[in-house]
Amino acid sequence: MEASTLATARPDKSLTLTDRMARNLGWFSIGLGIAELVAPGKVGRAVGLDGQENVLRAYGVREIGAGVGALSIDPAPFIWSRVAGDLLDLGTLAQGLKGQGEAKRNAAIAIGAVAAITLIDVAVALSLGKERARERGETRDYSDRSGFPSGAAKARGAGRPKEEKKIATRELEVTT
Amino acid sequence: MKALVWHGKQDIRYDTVPDPEIEDGRDAIIKVTSCAICGSDLHLFHNLMPGMKPGDIVGHETMGEVVEVGKDNKALKKGDRIVVPFTIICGECHQCRKGNFSVCERTNRNKDLGDKVFGHATAGLFGYTHLTGGYSGGQAEYLRVPFADATHIKVPDSMTDEQALFLSDIFPTGWQAAVYCDIEPTDTVAVWGCGPVGQMTIRSAILLGAKQVIAIDRLPERLAMAAAAGAIPINFEEESVIERLNELTNGKGPEKCIDAVGMEAHATSSVDALYDRAKQMTMMETDRPHVLREMMYVCRPGGTLSIPGVYGGVLDKVPFGMVMNKGLTIRTGQTHVNRWADDLVRRIEEGQIDPSFVITHTTGLDEGPGMYRTFEHKQDDCIKVVLKP
Repeated sequence: MEASTLATARPDKSLTLTDRMARNLGWFSIGLGIAELVAPGKVGRAVGLDGQENVLRAYGVREIGAGVGALSIDPAPFIWSRVAGDLLDLGTLAQGLKGQGEAKRNAAIAIGAVAAITLIDVAVALSLGKERARERGETRDYSDRSGFPSGAAKARGAGRPKEEKKIATRELEVTT
Repeated sequence: MKALVWHGKQDIRYDTVPDPEIEDGRDAIIKVTSCAICGSDLHLFHNLMPGMKPGDIVGHETMGEVVEVGKDNKALKKGDRIVVPFTIICGECHQCRKGNFSVCERTNRNKDLGDKVFGHATAGLFGYTHLTGGYSGGQAEYLRVPFADATHIKVPDSMTDEQALFLSDIFPTGWQAAVYCDIEPTDTVAVWGCGPVGQMTIRSAILLGAKQVIAIDRLPERLAMAAAAGAIPINFEEESVIERLNELTNGKGPEKCIDAVGMEAHATSSVDALYDRAKQMTMMETDRPHVLREMMYVCRPGGTLSIPGVYGGVLDKVPFGMVMNKGLTIRTGQTHVNRWADDLVRRIEEGQIDPSFVITHTTGLDEGPGMYRTFEHKQDDCIKVVLKP
């Protein structure tokens, strides 16, 4: 049987730029999550969300979960979960715009940063989906690949020792 | 020389590495003519098997031409064409003499580590973690074969590389899995997983005369290849495996169940599968044993579970009570390749089977890293990849 040969060249490294980006986002997520969990007050002041420590702690847990997932062998759903988290963050940060002075300015800066990261998350998630889609490549027909040179019908039981085969056939006749 | 080198999770590269040299009188060095990516290589690729180190050369399905022989090796000479079994064997120890080659007592050079992790070390394996000796693998231009006077299968000139290569692992693995079932002509044999080992298992069960062989997978191309051999396909994403198996066996369940999946079951819709994924992701469980649970549940009382699929460590929520109360027999283990090799060479020569049917992709070694991804994501209807250095 002739083996098929690919027309398109495969890369000589298995890890792609998208994989590396996903892992970097995973570590970033874990780092941010730990910061939100252990120092929610400081993080809150930096992004214009003073007094929302409990919300930030919950977001920290979310970030760590998404980060661990993004480091797994199947990061795409977790990068998409980061996108959802980004939208939630943007909604929360928008409340900071109602504040005054420095708090308002910090919230605006944070919104800009989260918006930029959201774009990166979306790009990485889309790219992961494209790279890992099963639909990539040809559809092949394997219906002629029985592996039995004499055909599938003749193969059944052909590998049993001859004497045993006779006994076995008698048994089959009795039991069926 | 060039070789495929493991650098970490999902990170295999086509690197330049030092040429292998004879280190012991029993060694041989082969120029690799063909090698393959195995489903169990994906466990290493996913970093789920403990004991890999960056810089390790991977691959354990290899064949080639002998180019150098150690001074004590009287079994081989330059120019011999051999398949290299994935298990390294001394041929002399108590276990080898009993035919239990995959647990050879001498070839694992990290025996202390193996003893600690498994209770007793197993044989040395090519390209498969430092728990099994940390030997360089065969996805390379050249391979040092330790204990080569015992660790080889001579290939008849009449046989092509494509026909012979899978004697290294997947063909004897599938054969052993079927033989372990003691198949009778009245038996229904259900095979979970239609990857390369599953395909070989299905054909072995048919050759050994099972009344019906049932193939379980979710990928249409794999089920089509299984059906080509005469198996009854079940797509577990479209129908209930339990219900369909009971329907095909008058409600009694299959007598023989074979797990050709192992530690990375891909079930997605069941509660236990989600549980396993969550635990594995958070490093609280090493393996995803969905298939084992399903086999234990559906197998006919008094039946046999044969497990060629690779498991690496600690499994959670395995219903052993079902096994005990239904009186099931479990048979498993890495393959004793040389126990079956001569017989399987004969079967290929006689035309009972041509294992090359399973090859779907052939590329150069340099494209190996990319092929790992193609194989991993089941793209391009990929079932078996052969690499030509």
